[in-house]
Amino acid sequence: MSAILQGAGAGAAAALTPFNSIDSNKFVAPSRSSLSVRSKSYIVAGSDDGTNKSFGSSSLIARRSQPLMIPNAVTATKADTAASSTSLKSGHELLLYEALQEGLEEEMDRDPHVCVMGEDVGHYGGSYKVTKGLADKFGDLRVLDTPICENAFTGMGIGAAMTGLRPIIEGMNMGFLLLAFNQISNNCGMLHYTSGGQFTIPVVIRGPGGVGRQLGAEHSQRLESYFQSIPGIQMVACSTPYNAKGLMKAAIRSENPVILFEHVLLYNLKESIPDEEYICNLEEAEMVRPGEHITILTYSRMRYHVMQAAKTLVNKGYDPEVIDIRSLKPFDLHTIGNSVKKTHRVLIVEECMRTGGIGASLTAAINENFHDYLDAPVMCLSSQDVPTPYAGTLEEWTVVQPAQIVTAVEQLCQ
Amino acid sequence: MAISRLSSRSNTFLKPAITALHSPIRRHVSTDTSPITIETAVPFTSHLCESPSRSVETSSEEILAFFRDMARMRRMEIAADSLYKAKLIRGFCHLYDGQEALAVGMEAAITKKDAIITSYRDHCTFIGRGGKLVDAFSELMGRKTGCSHGKGGSMHFYKKDASFYGGHGIVGAQIPLGCGLAFAQKYKKDEAVTFVLYGDGAANQGQLFEALNIAALWDLPAILVCENNHYGMGTATWRSAKSPAYFKRGDYVPGLKVDGMDALAVKQACKFAKEHALKNGPIILEMDTYRYHGHSMSDPGSTYRTRDEISGVRQVRDPIERVRKLLLSHDIATEKELKDMEKEIRKEVDDAVAQAKESPVPDSSELFTNMYVKDCGVESFGADRKDLKVTLP
Repeated sequence: MSAILQGAGAGAAAALTPFNSIDSNKFVAPSRSSLSVRSKSYIVAGSDDGTNKSFGSSSLIARRSQPLMIPNAVTATKADTAASSTSLKSGHELLLYEALQEGLEEEMDRDPHVCVMGEDVGHYGGSYKVTKGLADKFGDLRVLDTPICENAFTGMGIGAAMTGLRPIIEGMNMGFLLLAFNQISNNCGMLHYTSGGQFTIPVVIRGPGGVGRQLGAEHSQRLESYFQSIPGIQMVACSTPYNAKGLMKAAIRSENPVILFEHVLLYNLKESIPDEEYICNLEEAEMVRPGEHITILTYSRMRYHVMQAAKTLVNKGYDPEVIDIRSLKPFDLHTIGNSVKKTHRVLIVEECMRTGGIGASLTAAINENFHDYLDAPVMCLSSQDVPTPYAGTLEEWTVVQPAQIVTAVEQLCQ
Repeated sequence: MAISRLSSRSNTFLKPAITALHSPIRRHVSTDTSPITIETAVPFTSHLCESPSRSVETSSEEILAFFRDMARMRRMEIAADSLYKAKLIRGFCHLYDGQEALAVGMEAAITKKDAIITSYRDHCTFIGRGGKLVDAFSELMGRKTGCSHGKGGSMHFYKKDASFYGGHGIVGAQIPLGCGLAFAQKYKKDEAVTFVLYGDGAANQGQLFEALNIAALWDLPAILVCENNHYGMGTATWRSAKSPAYFKRGDYVPGLKVDGMDALAVKQACKFAKEHALKNGPIILEMDTYRYHGHSMSDPGSTYRTRDEISGVRQVRDPIERVRKLLLSHDIATEKELKDMEKEIRKEVDDAVAQAKESPVPDSSELFTNMYVKDCGVESFGADRKDLKVTLP
C-alpha cells in the first residue's frame, strides 16, 4: 500500500505539532497501530469540528475533510486538531483532467522510472488531454504512443514493471482494457504472489469509463465490476480534481498494481486545489457530507447525483451522511463501519450494473460485518442490467437519477 | 560432422591432471579452455539477415559443461516424472527432456544480465539460469523452500537475481511481458537483451504479432525464440499453422532457423542474435527441437505421434548423445568417465529429491502473504472465520 502523507493547508499547519510537516516527501508506511489511531482522530474531526459542516453545501468546491497523516503513531493523538485542516486559502483552480496531468507530471519529474504508455498519449496529447504536453517535456521514450494492441502494451507495461520501471498504462476507454484482461488478471494481479514475492508490479492502469453522453453501449462500460475479483490489485475511483491528483500520485508511488477509474463526464470539473504537494490515501474513503440519519455510499460520478439529491433531502428535513468510498478494492470498511454504527441505515448509489457490481460486493461486506448495527436492509441503487442504449432518454433511465435517490432515502428512513 | 581441430596438443590431457570439477573423484577429463572449432551438422536458414557461420568456437571445458548440465536436466525431468506418478507432484507438470540443448546453448552465449522469459515448460530453463535442484523439486512438491515458496508450482518458477522472469501458464502471455522486459532494458540503457521463449502453439497467438510490431517499431532488444517441438499439445504444426516457417513469420523482422538439438548451433545462433538485437532490434529464432514426453504428464504423448517417431529422434538427434559423441571423438573424456559423471549426477538429483521431500509445507498464514507489497491493513478471512482468520500486517 502506498504510504500516505498529506501536506497541510496553510492555516491548519501552524496550529499543529511539527510532525504535520508540509514536506510530504518524507513519508512512512503506517503501522497497523497508526491506522487505528488515525481513524479515531478522523471521527473526532468529523463530529466535533464545526467547520466540516459547512462543506455540506452542494457546491462542487472540494470537501476538505481528509485528516493529516501523521508519520508517527505516537503523536497521532494530536491529529484530532489537525483534521479540520486543509483550508483552501492558498491554491489554484483547475479542471479535473489538468489535476491528473499535474499529478502525473510531478511524479514523472520526481522519479525517472515513471513512464506513460497508451494510445495517442504522446504527440496527440491524450484523447482526454490528460497527458497533454508531457511528450514534449519528457520525450518519446517516457511518453509512449503505442499501436492499438491493448493486450500487448498492457503486457509490456507489466513486464517493464517487473524490472523496476513504473509504467502508467492508459486505456483510451476503460472498455478497451477488456482486451487486456488476461494480462491484468494473470500477470498484473498474480505475479507478486506466484513468484513468492520476488517481483513487484508497480503499474498504474488508468482510463475513463462510465456512462457518458450517448456514447453507445461499448463505450459506456463500467469495468470496476469485472476487475474487482482479481486478487492482488487495488482499485480506486477519483471524483474531484483534488482527489484525482492525490490518487494519481499515490497510485504511482504505490508498489502494488493500482487501477485508477476516471469518468468521462467528470474531466471538466473545476476546483481549487492546494499549491503544496499532497497525496491521498489509496485505501481511504472520503467523507463528503457528515450526517445523522442515513449513510449514502457512492463513488465517481454518482457522487454528484447524490449531492444533488442531498440538497432536496435537506430541504425535506433529512440529514444524510454522504461518503465517497473512493477505494473500490479494498473497501474502507473502517470509515463505512463507523458511519453505519452512527446512522444504522445504508443506501449505496453506484453506476455499476445491478448484477455483480461494486454495490453488490459492498452490500455483502456491510451485511457480513455490520449486521447488528443495521435498522433496515441495505439498499443498493445501481444501473440497469442492460447495454447502455444510444437514445438520450433511454440512457438517462439506465443510470440512477437524483429523484430515485430521494425516494430511496425516504423509503429507508420511514 | 566435419571437424576441424585448430587446437594444438591440448588433447594430451588424458594424462592425469587435476581437474576443476566439483566431483571428489579425480578424473582424467579435460578442463582445457583452448578453443576448438566445431561445425554444426545442419546449416542455418535465414530470413532477411545473414546466417551466422557454421563453425562454432568452443572449448572442451564448455562441451563438458554442456554434457553435465544437460545430463542434470534430463535426470531432473525424469525424476519429476516419477514424482508425478507417485503423486508427490500434482496439477500440471510439463517436462523439457529432449529440449535441453536449447537451455544450455542459450546460457553459453549470454550473461545473467540478459533476461529470459518462457512459458510453463520452465524447469530446465530455471536450472540453466542457476537455479538449484532442491529449490526446483521443493517448488514442484509445493514446499515452503521452493523457489516461489510453494505458491507458484511447476508453471511459475522465477529467479529474479538471475534475470529469469518465469514461468507463465497462459500460452503466449509471456510474449508481451518479454517485450516489456526488453523495453525496460532499452529505457535503462542496460546493453542487455531479452530472450522471449514461446512454442509453436503460441506462435499463432495474436499477442505475438502485436508485441513484434511494437518491438520492431521501437527497436527493442528482444529476441523471440520459437521452441518448435512440432506439436502444440496434440496438434501437429501442419494442422495448426498455415505457414510453419515460424522464423519467417516476423515478415519485416529477420529470422533464423536453428537445429535446436545441437547445443553448439544454439549457442552460435544466440550469440548472433544478441549482437543483432543490440544493434538492429528484434530477431526471431526458430529452434527445431523435440520433446520426448507428452505435452504434460497427463498426456501420454503417443496418441498423436508414433512411438517409432519418438525413438527415432532419440536415436538420431538426442542432444546429450550428440555431445557425448563429440566428447569421445575429441578424446576429451572416455566412455567410462562420462558414465561415472552421469552416475554422480543421478546421485545429485536423488539427493535433491530426498532433501526436497523432507522440507516443510507452507503454514496456513502464508495463504495471505505476498498478495500486496506491505499487505494492506485489512483482515482477511478464510472459509471458516474462526480458524483461518489472518490479520494482514
